Amino acid sequence: MTKQVPPEYYQLLEELQAVDFVLVELTLYLDTHPNDQDAIQQFNYFAKESKRIRKVFEKQFGPLLQFGHSYSAYPWNWADSPWPWQV
Amino acid sequence: MPTPHKVYYPFISPFDPCKPIVAKTYSTPPHLYMQMQPPNLAQFTPHEALRAGTLWKVLYDPYFGPYEKLRKEDSSHD
Amino acid sequence: MWIYEKKLQYPVRVSTCNPMLAKFLVEQYGGADGELSAALRYLNQRYTIPDKVIGLLTDIGTEEFAHLEMIATMVYKLTKDATPEQLIAAGLGPHYANNDKALMYTNAEGVPWTASYIQAKGDPIADIYEDIAAEEKARATYQWIINMSDDPDLNDGLRFLREREIVHSQRFREAAQILIDERGKKKIF
Repeated sequence: MTKQVPPEYYQLLEELQAVDFVLVELTLYLDTHPNDQDAIQQFNYFAKESKRIRKVFEKQFGPLLQFGHSYSAYPWNWADSPWPWQV
Repeated sequence: MPTPHKVYYPFISPFDPCKPIVAKTYSTPPHLYMQMQPPNLAQFTPHEALRAGTLWKVLYDPYFGPYEKLRKEDSSHD
Repeated sequence: MWIYEKKLQYPVRVSTCNPMLAKFLVEQYGGADGELSAALRYLNQRYTIPDKVIGLLTDIGTEEFAHLEMIATMVYKLTKDATPEQLIAAGLGPHYANNDKALMYTNAEGVPWTASYIQAKGDPIADIYEDIAAEEKARATYQWIINMSDDPDLNDGLRFLREREIVHSQRFREAAQILIDERGKKKIF
């Protein structure tokens, strides 16, 4: 039958979405405020945080990025569903 | 804090066929009142920011439709 | 170079099978002020604008593709399991006849997307003001769609997208400031 993703998928994903959203916001802000040192510090903190959560997510649910920006398991699991619009 | 909408009152003719909408409103979101964003403005937490659609509290301007009236009253938005 | 990331920017939810809303939402998929137009407009203007705003156009243009995927997700979910009868009732009979459930880059009236939606004058001020206007038009479109939608989960996602238009507009307004600044340098307030 159809496969399901566990509730942790959604929790962990939202965790990552939240941190990555802060990074989007700080990126756009810094594009017009390149000298704001506090914002840059915050940006670097969350960049690290994003990498940490991403690692946990990918270990459980497979790669988030491709072209070599995420590691693959065996067999190749990049193309495994679900895709973002399906969940 | 500036108001997030403004109201105007269109002319009502006795020959208008539909029930008149007496007051019309339009959005005036908070960014319109800001020049360069000043540094160190208050932020939402990451989870709040995602839900709000912005990291910065002053730029938050939630919009609710007529079917969401109840939710609108629940919100803290003035 | 762009890298695809296998996640949505925001957790999109839809609570009812309502293809009528999908029909309206397509305005933001392939319409004049939709996300596709926005992404292509900003990424295309990058090549003929002063260096100090290229980063902003690149990043906002990239974020617009994430929004395009959110809209596609909403349309997908709203129509995925709809019956032909439901599609006919929603005014999507002609679409079904030609495309089944396939998404098409059209506006809400079915007019195909066209490159004439993209403005690029090559004048930095004209282009940035165009972008500010585009963000405000997209914001207004989200308002009109929210006004017609009784799906609270869908509106939650649309509210996120509308708020993004506000932030983008703010950043473009700052870009305009940067372009007109007398010292050619960012002002510190």
